Amino acid sequence: MSTAATGTPAGPSAPSKASPPDSSGGGGQAAFSRLATVGFWADWAALVGLIVLVAVFTALDPSFLSSGNVTGMLSASAALVILAVAQTFVVATAGIDLSIASVTTLGIVVLGQLYAGGQPLAVCFVGAVLAGLLAGLVNGFLVAKAKITDFVVTLGMLSAASGLALVLSDGQPVTVTEGFFFDISLDGPVEMVSWIVVAAIVVAVIAHVVLFHTRFGTHVLATGGSPEAATATGISTARVKVAVYAIAGLLAGLAAIIIVARLGSTPPAANTTYLLNSVAAVVLGGVSLFGGKASILGPVFGALLLTVLLNGLTTLGVSQYYQPLSVGVVVVAAAFLMRFQK
Amino acid sequence: MTSPDLTKTQASPASDRAGRGDPAGSGLALSLSGVGKRFGAVQALSDISMEVAAGEVVALVGDNGAGKSTLVKIIAGVYQPDAGEIRLDGKPVSIAGPRGAQNLGIATVFQDLALCDNLDVVANLFLGRERRQLGVLDEVSMEQEAWRLLRRLSAKIPSVRIPIAALSGGQRQTVAIARSLVGDPGIVILDEPTAALGVAQTAEVLALVRRLRETGLGVILVSHNMSDVLAVADRIEVLRLGRNAASFRAADVSVEQLVAAITGASERDRAERGEAPIGGTQQTKTVDAPAGETS
Repeated sequence: MSTAATGTPAGPSAPSKASPPDSSGGGGQAAFSRLATVGFWADWAALVGLIVLVAVFTALDPSFLSSGNVTGMLSASAALVILAVAQTFVVATAGIDLSIASVTTLGIVVLGQLYAGGQPLAVCFVGAVLAGLLAGLVNGFLVAKAKITDFVVTLGMLSAASGLALVLSDGQPVTVTEGFFFDISLDGPVEMVSWIVVAAIVVAVIAHVVLFHTRFGTHVLATGGSPEAATATGISTARVKVAVYAIAGLLAGLAAIIIVARLGSTPPAANTTYLLNSVAAVVLGGVSLFGGKASILGPVFGALLLTVLLNGLTTLGVSQYYQPLSVGVVVVAAAFLMRFQK
Repeated sequence: MTSPDLTKTQASPASDRAGRGDPAGSGLALSLSGVGKRFGAVQALSDISMEVAAGEVVALVGDNGAGKSTLVKIIAGVYQPDAGEIRLDGKPVSIAGPRGAQNLGIATVFQDLALCDNLDVVANLFLGRERRQLGVLDEVSMEQEAWRLLRRLSAKIPSVRIPIAALSGGQRQTVAIARSLVGDPGIVILDEPTAALGVAQTAEVLALVRRLRETGLGVILVSHNMSDVLAVADRIEVLRLGRNAASFRAADVSVEQLVAAITGASERDRAERGEAPIGGTQQTKTVDAPAGETS
């Protein structure tokens, strides 16, 4: 788990891990462990914040941890967890995907239109995922091959995808009344854990393995940390960049399915909070926006923290208007903590 | 044109130059003759000859623009020569690209190190050629091999699981050199390995170079630092204006003589006095190159 937070691609299978006793000797020892301590708080900001928030909200309202509320919070966090994981891949290469929420909306609309056209659910799902993948590939090729700044490319895609969503849907949502959706968003293998939460967990586990235990993951971190060195060792950084944007698009399509499953409808309006919250979760999770240092567990906890924050404020009857304000404060505070990261 | 009579005292025993399967490392004999390279109107290299035997450190020195980098890049497969022949163990080869050079057993450690600060030592050693098992990184095998390589260099790296950013300049150079050994090469090219290093770290890297020679590798050392060159090299090739200016045995030459050969001062002096050019060995060549020839 610690390897995930520090971004070191060492796994549980590795026979030894860097730990303060064997990684520094003599005089450097004290300084190293002190840095490790500050770094610890920065690395685990999301988890610590999550625990603190849960404790505070439970103290203020014991029903916060009721089975119903926990079930709701977990289901509500599933889509954001997936989008945070998606954003992590892009940010790990020192890029950013501003179009992630719009592409999700595009996926939602494609799903809705296919459903309205009488297609079977499987086709609707594939359509949503393919729409996301396609948008991601376009992002990736424009960033990696056409060498346009990621910020501009994905800002353009943000506008294009949300526009396309409105065009395709004619601005109208489609109501999806499908028993299967109720099943996956309400039922699950364990109490309080629905199938869409399971899907998010599976995505996170696969993402962790890919990022820290595969050749591709190492190349993603190399591309983000030192593109010149990566190129010099024969890694095609362009290919890596295309791949991470494609992964982000694909996961956005998956998140679209989960959002439709929860809502039972396909709203065609761009959902900008998912963009801000995915970036926020990544920052909270200790992922460096400069690339090369990533974690999957961190952003997952970051996504849970943001969901808990919004849910808790709602439970306490705080006005909706204060919620973006609170997210902003939390994210900037987390970013400040990151300065102490080693 | 193959292995010249091997050098002086520290020359490795012949057994080190046995078959390439020798796990302790085995050298290749590299020989260049008549190598030339032109970039548009600029003749960067003309008629370069050079030999490196297994278990020998050959230093390549010269002023800026003398053609050292171009020559190194030709041997490393980055550039293709326009003229001349390259032989490995007596067989003519064409080095098609950096990957081709690696496959032939020629490894290069470039000046800028090309290490990823954010990745750990193991990830850097195997970057671009990671070992896998069932699609997943084989961390155990890579870590064992990492320790084997570092032990071979007697390197002092505290842990192979710490990020490169946490290492000193000398340790980083050690990792860069160790990485060049991952494919069990026969020839290692070190491009300015001691640039930007402190005194102690420079000594560490020079010790590393000697250890490469002891394991039977042929080493080409590009350097600006004459005392480093004299400390570890067996032979010294001087390039000037894209040609072989002189060739010395390190034991027979002083810093002053080297500097004179690099700047061309010796030739002018001696030409004025009507003497033969200096230079220790049979390979010495005179160059009358006027400056205009390279531009």
